[in-house]
Amino acid sequence: MSQLLKMAFRDLGRNKRRSILSALAVSMGAALLLLFASVLRGEIQSAIQPTIQLQTGHLQVRAVSYNENKISLKWEDLVANPDQVIAQIQSLPQVAVATPRLVASGIVTAGEDSRGVQVIGIDPASEANQVFRQGLIAGQFITPDDRDSIVVGKPLADKFDIQVGEKVNLLVNTSNGNVDEQLFTVKGIYSTNTTTYDENTVFMPLAKAQTITGTENHASTIFILLKDQTQADAVAAALQSPDYQVLTWQKMTEVISQTEDLANSFMYIFYLIILGITATVVTNTLVMSVFERTREIGILLAIGMKGYRIMAQFLTEAAVLATGGVVGGLIIGGLLVGYFAVYGLPINVGAMGISGYLIRNIIYTQLTIKDTIILTVLTYIVTLIASLYPAVLAARMEPVEALHGIGD
Amino acid sequence: MEVTKVINATRTFKIGEVETQALRGVDLSITNGEFTALVGPSGSGKTTLLQLIGLLDQPTTGSVFINGKEATRLNRDQRADLRKGAIGFIFQFFALIPTLTAYENIELPLLLNGMKPAERKARVNEMLEAVGLGERAHHRPDQLSGGQQQRVAVARALSINPSLVLADEPTANLDTENGKQVMDIMQKLNKDTGVTFVFATHDPRVIKYAQRVVTLRDGLIVENNGNSTKA
Repeated sequence: MSQLLKMAFRDLGRNKRRSILSALAVSMGAALLLLFASVLRGEIQSAIQPTIQLQTGHLQVRAVSYNENKISLKWEDLVANPDQVIAQIQSLPQVAVATPRLVASGIVTAGEDSRGVQVIGIDPASEANQVFRQGLIAGQFITPDDRDSIVVGKPLADKFDIQVGEKVNLLVNTSNGNVDEQLFTVKGIYSTNTTTYDENTVFMPLAKAQTITGTENHASTIFILLKDQTQADAVAAALQSPDYQVLTWQKMTEVISQTEDLANSFMYIFYLIILGITATVVTNTLVMSVFERTREIGILLAIGMKGYRIMAQFLTEAAVLATGGVVGGLIIGGLLVGYFAVYGLPINVGAMGISGYLIRNIIYTQLTIKDTIILTVLTYIVTLIASLYPAVLAARMEPVEALHGIGD
Repeated sequence: MEVTKVINATRTFKIGEVETQALRGVDLSITNGEFTALVGPSGSGKTTLLQLIGLLDQPTTGSVFINGKEATRLNRDQRADLRKGAIGFIFQFFALIPTLTAYENIELPLLLNGMKPAERKARVNEMLEAVGLGERAHHRPDQLSGGQQQRVAVARALSINPSLVLADEPTANLDTENGKQVMDIMQKLNKDTGVTFVFATHDPRVIKYAQRVVTLRDGLIVENNGNSTKA
């Protein structure tokens, strides 16, 4: 074995530049695999957590007939006396916070421009809405008693070029199927760094939302955050009632998992392409090496070396290349992943509009030990597989032809 | 005792549609301790015959025996085993592995034969001394002259204590002085160890070393001076 290794190092050292470039190709392949895996994992996390925080919560209690896609405001589709329901929910020890939300569709008009938005009536003081209060970048947050104030997301404010204190016209659907409109003052501008959410969502106090939509003392949903999100199923079971539907975050973020499954399938194709390129470079390097060393192979065969030993020689060289390449890949990949884990990878999601799927504007890469091991071993194995053809080519040479420098 | 015997061997090469008969039915017997030259003009078949005896190639028809064993019946690996233990080669080009030192080149066939490290070391040093390259043991081929490289090749061929050493134009790429040195060493080793040498050449200065001269022309042995007794 030591003889094989010694010869492998020396053979690779004959054409240092080519060997280094080949190892670098393996390194780049491994580094790209690690980076993409970490981006994908980071993206899953950056999609699920904001979606829970902003949109779904860990649980939602809705009227049985409520259909999220229709954004119905009919009384029978809403939760009546939400405070009573919340009191009941909050008696459960696993619940951190429960708050009513009333969701209506509307149109914001400022000057000549108008845009469809989702108007959400919230309890401004609730802990569940802390994320919006903390995301305030200009002005102030709404209070429960505000009657003509709203807060809008930064992308929406930018689009309309409106500042805090300016007025916009808001047209809102009502429970009887009509529309109502009113001039509102932009009291604050918030950002959750989730463009798809921020540019489409306008907040007003729940009481005002109930008034303008004619949904007196009703809410579209009770938004619940748990102390531990793994308890969602248990709490959902405890809340089961014929009067309500209880949805868990897993159910509500199903579209994310489905999209991620789809993304994963594409990723596997991408992995295959990267590994294919890496394998081609390694095969090419070793095939060139076999042809350059044809006469030497002939000498080795002449002194009685068997085909399998010659094959082992080339496989050892591939193993050395693969080891160097994978180590390099871990270093390069580790640095890239580390950088983007700290500083984030900015992505433009402005145009993405998958319903129920929120992605932050910055993805922070996440790499698990399992992913690292799988991808590293995969790169290593693919490199070795890529060396099989040249190794077999060398092993099958006939001594006389090889001695005359004639390859297969 | 016969080290090798060739019976009615033919060898036909086919390149595209053209068939060339390199050997047309050769019979040859080499006994232990001979120092034999295969001579003849280019294309006469001497190298082809040497390759058949060395089990590097197979005859199209006919048989080759090594130490009484019919090698033509052996498979590829069995022929490799026979070469490994019984046959040493010296080629016209200085057939050394360029990444290995003189010492390591000589050691390589011993490693393949599974010799123990201490024994191996002693044997390599003994061979290096025998060819006068004790001082150059750790030089790589590109740090050695042509003559020195060929002497390393001789040492490598002899290191396994072979029954037979085959040399194909061993002095063709050497100047007169180095050629003489290599032939002197081969002759001395033949005398000292009794190992059988068969070499292909058309160099008259080399032929004069031979105890027996076998002349080939157009793939046939046309003259065999029969002086097969050891001098």
